[in-house]
Amino acid sequence: MLRFFHQLGSPKYFYHIAGRWIPWLAGIFILLVLAGLYQGMVVAPTDYQQGDSYRIMFIHVPSAWMSLFIYVVMAGAGAIGLIWHMKLAEVIAISSAPIGASFTFLALVTGSIWGKPMWGAWWVWDARLTSELILLFLYLGVMALYSAVEDKRTAARATAILAIVGVVNIPIIHYSVEWWNTLHQGPTVTKFGAPSIDLRMLIPLLIMAVAFKLFYLLVVLMRARVEVLQRERNAQWVRELVDAP
Amino acid sequence: MSTLSLRRAFTLLLWRDMLLAFRRRTEMINPLLFFILVTALFPLGIGADPALLRSVAPGIIWVAALLAAMLSLDSVFRSDFEDGSLEQFLISAQPVSILVLAKVIAHWLITGLPLLIVAPLLGLLPDLPSASIGTLMLTLALGTPVLSMIGAIGVALTVGLRRGGVILSLLVLPLYIPVLIFAANAVESAGAGLPITAHLSLLTALLVLSVSLSPLATAAALKISLS
Repeated sequence: MLRFFHQLGSPKYFYHIAGRWIPWLAGIFILLVLAGLYQGMVVAPTDYQQGDSYRIMFIHVPSAWMSLFIYVVMAGAGAIGLIWHMKLAEVIAISSAPIGASFTFLALVTGSIWGKPMWGAWWVWDARLTSELILLFLYLGVMALYSAVEDKRTAARATAILAIVGVVNIPIIHYSVEWWNTLHQGPTVTKFGAPSIDLRMLIPLLIMAVAFKLFYLLVVLMRARVEVLQRERNAQWVRELVDAP
Repeated sequence: MSTLSLRRAFTLLLWRDMLLAFRRRTEMINPLLFFILVTALFPLGIGADPALLRSVAPGIIWVAALLAAMLSLDSVFRSDFEDGSLEQFLISAQPVSILVLAKVIAHWLITGLPLLIVAPLLGLLPDLPSASIGTLMLTLALGTPVLSMIGAIGVALTVGLRRGGVILSLLVLPLYIPVLIFAANAVESAGAGLPITAHLSLLTALLVLSVSLSPLATAAALKISLS
């Protein structure tokens, strides 16, 4: 097991192993997302209050979860890269940033589409919306810093520090915004004891959450492979790969 | 070669930065002018209705203070980076985070403290009640050092870049939001006669947290930027 991780740290092994995983991940993702969408759009009952428009939550809620999850992964990978000088962790951290930003954006857009009929406005200065918007800016800051620094190793290390600072700040920002103003509907899944959500709605939601996680894994591996190739473009194995017929 | 004690290095660096700033006074005054100008722009933009101005003044003054603090940030490490003394700090025998702390404190004394001094005047313009003005000064005293501390991390990350200014604002402004929320809220609550102990405690907590953690992050960022 340890040997496996050690080998995974080498760009060449990573490139090949990731290449083998990608089709499997893609297959499972497609199956899950189809199952989740079918369950969510067809099987799940209509909400007594919100009608059918609540169904956008099967996209909205998993993306919102992913937006935070990816930021933590990014900071964690960045910290690993800083501490143990593991190149692959840097690559994962950097490849995660645009995906996380996209999920954050998706959560904001779906939230505002849902908010128009429910709240009567595309945007309200609600606590969770606002902290999600701030999260988007944190992602954009990470991406801007990475593209501004020319030497990509330095850039990766600098963005890792920024991501760690951001992770320390996210709870502070979240709670400060929470106390500032709140109007969003309370959490219905993570309540301890019995969740206040119907099981037929919960199951597709969880399926979609797993599908989104797989999608992230899939895309981050694809991006990381490209990044590895770019970084190692002068290495022998990349040349052999390119020269191979 | 004699080695300095840590305390001596700290005070020497603080003194040096203060002295350098006093030799170039316009750099100290510019953020201050900016602060006053921005707060004067708002009444021109939103109208001179006294009731409206009084209700939005805490937010405006704090946003202006935030922007002024951010604009002045660049000078924390810029000149030391350009003449190479920053590298000397990094290879010195003293812990870099303590030296960074000295530099940031000097920077706050130069750019943050003046904001505190003109703030009561700016509070008089929209006719804030005196309780609000006292709170405004208190929140600025607690809040602006946090801004300098957090900002120093951003500057350390961007100091090697040729055009770091815009990126710096993108990095730093989201992190300033908690300070803005608690501080502006406190001034507003004080004006309405509500208790503000909770806001002040939270601001103090932010101050303690940022003073203890941000020099470490700044030192690490400087090492990366100069590597």
